[in-house]
Amino acid sequence: MGGVFRKLGSMAIDMVWQLGFIARFFWLILYYSGQSFTRLRLTIRELYFSGVLSLLIILVSGLFVGLVLGLQGYEILQRYGSTDAMGTMVALSLLRELGPVVAGLLFASRAGSAVTAEIGLMKVTEQLKAMDMMAVSPIARVVAPRFWGGVVSMPLLAAMFSAMGIFGGWLIGVVFIGVDNGAFWSQMQAAVDFRYDVLNGVIKSCAFGVAVALIAVFEGYDCVPTAEGVSRAITRTVVSSALAILALDFVMTSFMFRGL
Amino acid sequence: MNRTTIDLWVGVFVAMGIAALLFLALKVGSISGSEIRSPYTLSAHFDNIGGLKVRAPVKSAGVLVGRVEQIRYDNERFQAEVVFTVDGRYKFPVDTFANILTSGLLGEQYLGLDPGGEEKTLAPGEVIKKTQSAVVLEKLISQFMFGKAADGEPAPAK
Repeated sequence: MGGVFRKLGSMAIDMVWQLGFIARFFWLILYYSGQSFTRLRLTIRELYFSGVLSLLIILVSGLFVGLVLGLQGYEILQRYGSTDAMGTMVALSLLRELGPVVAGLLFASRAGSAVTAEIGLMKVTEQLKAMDMMAVSPIARVVAPRFWGGVVSMPLLAAMFSAMGIFGGWLIGVVFIGVDNGAFWSQMQAAVDFRYDVLNGVIKSCAFGVAVALIAVFEGYDCVPTAEGVSRAITRTVVSSALAILALDFVMTSFMFRGL
Repeated sequence: MNRTTIDLWVGVFVAMGIAALLFLALKVGSISGSEIRSPYTLSAHFDNIGGLKVRAPVKSAGVLVGRVEQIRYDNERFQAEVVFTVDGRYKFPVDTFANILTSGLLGEQYLGLDPGGEEKTLAPGEVIKKTQSAVVLEKLISQFMFGKAADGEPAPAK
């Protein structure tokens, strides 16, 4: 009986310890950001690795999500004879939810896992320690550029995902099925509000970017420095990023969209 | 990968992201959607506003001319007071009629303005006197049914 409580207690203490550690780590990244921005090239390099190299998967997935939304939306809307509202449906579902969330999930598995693996391997091969010995802060040199690379590229990727998805919906609706082009765009423009829909989506994607980037660099920095530890850290990055994105999405949706 | 190639690709990436945001803002979201310029406010009292909401459109002849700003209950008149803004380019006669209408059978409700024939126009802050409430479907049905019943009554007395 005592063993069960002891286990529960140690789990709780571990969790609180980890939360405290991640918060302090976040603070350290912000603290060393100024120092790392003096060598902006490092951040631009990370922007290339996590942003540019994620372009293909984001654009292709966005296109397919849009195509599927177009087909499914048409199938449902035609029952009510309101296929003109297809543009509205595709645009709103992408801008508000699917764009930020799916782009965030893809970003976590494409770029977040890579960042964790890189930092984890640096830890295994004791490069981080070596930097410390040479009085180079590994947080300023390695962690902060990767963090900011993720934070900057995530909203841009989400916007591209949404734009590509709307293009996919347009392709299915207007080009293949023959919904009126004018009705598709005008209904969409009448229903989509810039501040309420577009801006809230961008805010969401920024928050997901911070969450994914922070989890990725933290798991890499915190991993057990063995081959197994790195692989576990990568798994944890993907799993906790996905959970964080979905949980944050629910919380933010409930604040942003509650029908006036 | 050398420096200039990375710079080029990152530049292309950022430009594409900004282009996508602009596309979402301008083509999808019509940032110019709320093009109500130099607005002035008017108000009107209604017995029943039905499902009218804040930010509902104000239309005249089917064209958007303003937005509902505020809805509150006037406890002295036991009526709803609707405050709305109208585009400064449009002036309405003092005998304008304000109705609460529904777009389509199940659509959203909006405020319709039917201009009258007076020469004088409404000044900012003025109150529209002639109003017509929202049509409440239950009342309409019950009127119709009671009307039927009243029609049917004399028949058995014969």
